[in-house]
Amino acid sequence: MLGARKLLILGGITLALLGMGYGMWYAIFLEHRELGNIGGTLAAGFTAAAERNPVAAQAALKQYSELKYRYDRHVDVHGHWIGLAMLLILLGIAYDRVEFSERIKMFLATGLLIGSLLFPLGVLFQTFSHDAGPRGLAVMGSALVIASLGGMTLGFARERRRS
Amino acid sequence: MGARRLLALGGIGLILVGMLVGDIFAVFVLHQNAAKVGASLTAAAHAAVAGDSKAVLASFQATGGFLENRGTKVDTHVHMIAFGYLALMLAILQPWIALGENAKKKLALIFLLGAGLLPVGVFLIHYAGLAYSPLESIGWASIAADFGGLLVIVVTLGYLLGLANRVQQKNNHALQDDLLEDRSTAGRTLLAGGLALVLLGFVHGSYYAVADLYKQEALDFSLLSEMSSGAAANDAGTVDSALGQYAQLGGDKAVKIAAHAHAIEFGLLAILLSFFQPYVRLQEAWKRRWAWVLLFGSLLLPVCVLLELNFGLLAGGMADAGGLLVIIALLAMWIGMVRYTGEIDTAAQTSEGTR
Repeated sequence: MLGARKLLILGGITLALLGMGYGMWYAIFLEHRELGNIGGTLAAGFTAAAERNPVAAQAALKQYSELKYRYDRHVDVHGHWIGLAMLLILLGIAYDRVEFSERIKMFLATGLLIGSLLFPLGVLFQTFSHDAGPRGLAVMGSALVIASLGGMTLGFARERRRS
Repeated sequence: MGARRLLALGGIGLILVGMLVGDIFAVFVLHQNAAKVGASLTAAAHAAVAGDSKAVLASFQATGGFLENRGTKVDTHVHMIAFGYLALMLAILQPWIALGENAKKKLALIFLLGAGLLPVGVFLIHYAGLAYSPLESIGWASIAADFGGLLVIVVTLGYLLGLANRVQQKNNHALQDDLLEDRSTAGRTLLAGGLALVLLGFVHGSYYAVADLYKQEALDFSLLSEMSSGAAANDAGTVDSALGQYAQLGGDKAVKIAAHAHAIEFGLLAILLSFFQPYVRLQEAWKRRWAWVLLFGSLLLPVCVLLELNFGLLAGGMADAGGLLVIIALLAMWIGMVRYTGEIDTAAQTSEGTR
């Protein structure tokens, strides 16, 4: 059976590859076009206002707002997956210092890994839908990360000085 | 010097330079540049009020230049620090990497070369532009930066391959590693404090996402709408009021995101440094002091960044002082590691000479 330490380290490496792969895919195929569109729609909004066309201005700014909303989330997904991956690997390296039973350690490690996967995934799904579902997934994922990390911090704090 | 010490010293060096560069940019470039970006938006809004669509476009084109200047400098700072973190992590993993010491050392040198080349290349993008470039849209500085990034990727993949080799080895016994066995007070303080900082950063980030993020995004759109409808109606007062609120919103967003990110980054740095305490050749009491200084600075900076909106320059100055404490503590640990390295290398040379 896979130990908690291995789960954290291998899960972290997998998550890092996922985050980097996603970032690379986004940078190559979408980012430049989206950045161009963000700048273009903002400029179009103000140009329409200068031409005294408030309807066109509003439409362009609405589009700008939606593009910016998506862009921020794409970047967040990439950054958070890699950041969380690094945390998972580091915690995995130091995991023998957590003073809990193997069962609790495994439970915390699984919680942290699932939370680290779900939280950015929920953010990513927000680029497709503004509904409560993706937001709920992100909130659930981040709550899982915080709860697991809190448990691990307690475990590290219980560590006694070795003779 | 072995691969592990090379990566550890190089990693901390990269983080130190990245932080110093960030401070210098913040004081001399970034704030002034942010003001120019704000001024461009103001100019575009006023041009819209005046009905001058050409001036609107010209203002946004100028904004593009300011954003490139700002973006490349932020990227230089961020990449140096991120590569420093990666170098430290690779240093920790060295005993698990099934490659010869010579190969590991060569890879470490190539990593440090790439990690230095990418930020320098990124920094030069704004100045070098497309001068003498053989390509239509990518300049020499970008090519150098991409090459640096490629070197880092190749080395990381090489180490990952070594890691996979070890996992597959039949005599894959548990390794004894002095760095990971260390349970000194300084190491445990950094580990516990680092974890607490990461947790604090997560809790703050979650609170920000739930309480502020969506409100700020809605306000962003509504203020831009106000500006454009005010401009279309030739109402300069409405436009100026919306511009003022937009600048405040930008500040509010920036400090909240910066506090969240810095708390987590400093937490990760403290956790990473906790593993390297056996390499820091200083008295135990001083190691503990520097650990506390680093943690205090790491807490002071994000807290004071958050207070900047209410207390302005005073909080900003204290945040800078927090950053300085982190840099000083990091430098002290780096010097301790150089002393350790010097002792080991001198001992090795002496033993070779005796033989």
